[in-house]
Amino acid sequence: MAVQALSAAATANSPLTQANAQPLAGGTTLIDLMKLDVMRPAAIVDINPLDQRWSAIDPGGENLRLGALAKMSDVAAHDEIQRHYPVIANSLKLAASAQLRNMATLGGNVMQRTRCSYFRDVSYRNCNKRSPGSGCAAMDGVNRMHAVLGTSDQCIATYPGDFAQALIALDATVEVTGRSGIRRLPFAELHKAPGSTPEIETTLQSGELISAFVIPGRWPRSVYLKARDRQSYEFALSSAAVALDVQDGTIRDARIALGGVATVPWRARETEALLKGQKFDDGLAQRAADAAFADAKGRQHNSFKIALGKRVVARALQQAVTMEI
Amino acid sequence: MTAAAPEPKANMGRPVPRYDAVVKVTGRATYGSDMPLDNPAYAFLVTSAIARGRIDGFDLAGANRVRGVIDIVTHENAPKLKESKLFSNGGYAGTTIQPLKSADISHDGEIIAVVIAESYEAAREAANRVKVSYAAATPSATFDSPGTTTAAAKGQSSQFKEDPKVGDFAKGFNEAEVKLTASYDTPTQHHNPMELFSTSCAWMGDNLVIYEPSQYVYGLKNGVAEQLGIDADKVRVVNPYVGGGFGSRGSMTPRTAIIAGIAKRLNRPIKLVPTRDQGFTIATYRAETRHEIKLGASRDGKLVALRHEGAEVSSRADPYCVGGTKTTTRLYACPNVDSLVSIVRADRNTPGFMRSPPEVPYLFALESAMDELAVKLNMDPVELRRINDTTNEPIGGKPYTSRSLMACFDEAAKAFGWAQRSAAPKSMSDGDWLIGYGCAATCYPTQMAPAAARVRLQRDGRTRVEIAGHEIGTGAYTILAQTAAERLGVPLEKVAVFVGDSDLPPGPVAGGSNSTASTCSAVMMVCDQVRQRLLKAVMPNKSLTDKAKETIGLGQTPATKAAKSSEAIDLEKAFDALGTGLIEEYGEWKPEGAPMDSLRAMHAGHARLVGGASMKDKIAYAFGAEFVEVRINRFTHEIRAPRLVGAFAAGRIMNPRTARSQLMGGLIWGMSSALLEATEIDQRTARYVNDNFADYLVPVNADVPGVEVILLSEQDDHINPAGAKGLGELANVGTNAAICNAIYHATGQRIRKLPVRLENIEV
Repeated sequence: MAVQALSAAATANSPLTQANAQPLAGGTTLIDLMKLDVMRPAAIVDINPLDQRWSAIDPGGENLRLGALAKMSDVAAHDEIQRHYPVIANSLKLAASAQLRNMATLGGNVMQRTRCSYFRDVSYRNCNKRSPGSGCAAMDGVNRMHAVLGTSDQCIATYPGDFAQALIALDATVEVTGRSGIRRLPFAELHKAPGSTPEIETTLQSGELISAFVIPGRWPRSVYLKARDRQSYEFALSSAAVALDVQDGTIRDARIALGGVATVPWRARETEALLKGQKFDDGLAQRAADAAFADAKGRQHNSFKIALGKRVVARALQQAVTMEI
Repeated sequence: MTAAAPEPKANMGRPVPRYDAVVKVTGRATYGSDMPLDNPAYAFLVTSAIARGRIDGFDLAGANRVRGVIDIVTHENAPKLKESKLFSNGGYAGTTIQPLKSADISHDGEIIAVVIAESYEAAREAANRVKVSYAAATPSATFDSPGTTTAAAKGQSSQFKEDPKVGDFAKGFNEAEVKLTASYDTPTQHHNPMELFSTSCAWMGDNLVIYEPSQYVYGLKNGVAEQLGIDADKVRVVNPYVGGGFGSRGSMTPRTAIIAGIAKRLNRPIKLVPTRDQGFTIATYRAETRHEIKLGASRDGKLVALRHEGAEVSSRADPYCVGGTKTTTRLYACPNVDSLVSIVRADRNTPGFMRSPPEVPYLFALESAMDELAVKLNMDPVELRRINDTTNEPIGGKPYTSRSLMACFDEAAKAFGWAQRSAAPKSMSDGDWLIGYGCAATCYPTQMAPAAARVRLQRDGRTRVEIAGHEIGTGAYTILAQTAAERLGVPLEKVAVFVGDSDLPPGPVAGGSNSTASTCSAVMMVCDQVRQRLLKAVMPNKSLTDKAKETIGLGQTPATKAAKSSEAIDLEKAFDALGTGLIEEYGEWKPEGAPMDSLRAMHAGHARLVGGASMKDKIAYAFGAEFVEVRINRFTHEIRAPRLVGAFAAGRIMNPRTARSQLMGGLIWGMSSALLEATEIDQRTARYVNDNFADYLVPVNADVPGVEVILLSEQDDHINPAGAKGLGELANVGTNAAICNAIYHATGQRIRKLPVRLENIEV
């Protein structure tokens, strides 16, 4: 297999347009999955040589622009991001380990694939995501880590990331560079719920690369709360990205997204609707949290995530309301 | 002195830095797969994707097309190997399941093919392309799975001799004023040592060298020789460093003879480095267990009846069991005791030793039950232990050689701040966090095994100590050097130590926490032989008292602090008198009470451990007490254990630095066992699901902000010449119960099943 380098933005004859080519950025997911024989790219295109704009962090102006090749650790440590977007800084800081955050890029982070054990071990034949139509071993298997929202009868694999929750909550736009130039789409339209085609995870087309994320406005009153089995270096059992605009005790705007519980980055719009225009109290937080999980479906080992997820959302709301800004 | 190098108290050695510290932190320590080989071929394993059934056939076309593939070995063309017997049945193996022998498959992840190639990458790529057709049968996964069979351990396992009992349990329990009956479960766990289960084999003519992480080089050497049908003297196992063992490398696994056989046929060295997930099925593990405890007590807390029933999972092929009732029936004074251990057979790989194999699951049950009883009695759990403390074990009435259990409780309680605990459950909190304090006793049998050593001394004081012991990260090099330096009276920096090589005099298995007691006792004995020769040379006419023999040192240093420097003899003069430049002594040490054949068995690679509860007229255990603070988030129910405090007494502490490190690691592992570690089994397929470090959780630094180890001074002259009780497996025993007891205190909720996860908490 050839490893090719990409030093200019994707063009019509970009090596990325080869059949089954995979871009390599930090390599923290791709290399693992290749060793496990889960991903078998025909070609690997090293995108690290792309110019500096691809890794730029630009908090100036009305929008925050984050280059797709920016390292997780650099963004998490950025002063202005910590001040104006605590939900972004914390979602990154609470993810993975220091070593991985130093390698991994934002673009790769949002594209990381599920940690479903049955997906990652090719000796299990039944995985609709890996081998369409083969069934789902997780459905009635060991599924403690699996999703309760956005599932289908084909797949219950959890979207594992943290940062994506912040992006979807804050109405981020994704800038995608492809053979015909740049296109923009709402981050909420990047990932696809499994439905009947769990093998299709995003709306990116062949040859396209995420070049940047653009986040409108500033969200100093925002938190990322993550519940997990150990204190660090562990995926969420349940997490909540919460950003609020509160004036005199009234919630003017609320942005809520859930992690660790859904098949894709998950915006809790029902929760937001219940909160908007209301005076905050603990009862409201509870009702709003309940709404987020109205359609949740638990299975043998993961039903606890529904009750847990509600408590995490309610607590994150309390933290966001009471935080000093 | 620092926290890492505690000030030695009475009967403790100096906390000298590790002998191998610099090579390890600079990456120069060579582990098995680091050993240079001449033009090696690389092996990669293919393991079964089913737990029960047969292989219908292989399609190797795709694999053979990978550039660099040399051979693909399956049951159809594997080298013929002789049967290997279980270690407990006169053999060396941890399992009698012999892969590549037939098309039959008896557990998940059994080795079904070995791909040999010019590079690791080619071997792995080709292994991925091996296609296997199976005729799968429905396997039995674990307890309660259809198709399992259950029978008493006694009678089927030579490891398990007796269900201890005394008095009349039924009567005692019936008449007890306070009664408790409770059931406890522990999960499947895997050792996951950092160093993978690698094997390199190189033949030179008829001689075979094996580089492999092993906790028993003599066992492995003899076992592989037996399987290959060759003379054991032609096999050498070398591993100067082992990247963690925890019991997983104590007995032989099938892979070694397979790789040796293929290397022979290929006439080329072979290096195998299996993957992390393969380590879950090609070696052993700690099987899941179930327990029922019945305790009867008087109102004032005296135990009057105790019954412990345990059940353990094993493979269809082998009746492995740990049978921890040997310990739990003897820990506290109690006139009426009963017990029963049974084994449940399932379609699994054979389990095996894992750090404190019997004590971890069985003491979790007993020490949880003791806490429950304390609650019923409205009594401080420390006081309940004090009331039932004993100098003699209740089954045979034998005296403990020494027992500092309550001293450990008192020291640890003081350091922990137990007095600040408000006894009522749910009565302590800090912001979002409920706080719970809990404690438990810990203990581990003091065991010894025969060991031989060679010591060589030169006129300038340079000393070479040779013993086929094992450096599995415990500090073996360091304490052997200290022992020789102290005994001979030569400076520590002049002592060179050689372990981890089966060409050295036989040492025991690095298991059962016997290494320090056994190897140091042997080295002390052989050092004395060296001193005798020198003393005879300089004082040929003087008949020396035993006292003098022990205290007169060599060179500049007296042998013991008791001896004055004037009592040191001049080495140069002694060597001149002897007319030689070097003295070499070899000796074989045998612990008191060792069976007649134990020295012969030592050379044949059979470890005959004695001690613990198995001695004729006494019983020897190391003790400790462990206290933990747990914090449970009232919103997320996340459970953390920010403070672990343990106090331990284990006879002579050879080196407080390495001892502390071992005990600290034990406490952390105990916490990990209670809160994180479980191998998940897919019930339908009897396969391990979370067989990697991302899904099989162990603690990270952020999980263990506070660990405090207190070493108590203890002298025991009834165990072994070194006066040492093994402590490598002491600290991870009590922690499981201590954590659950603390969770009860924090929440009022009693959890009897490990590991405890946030979904088990209801607050």
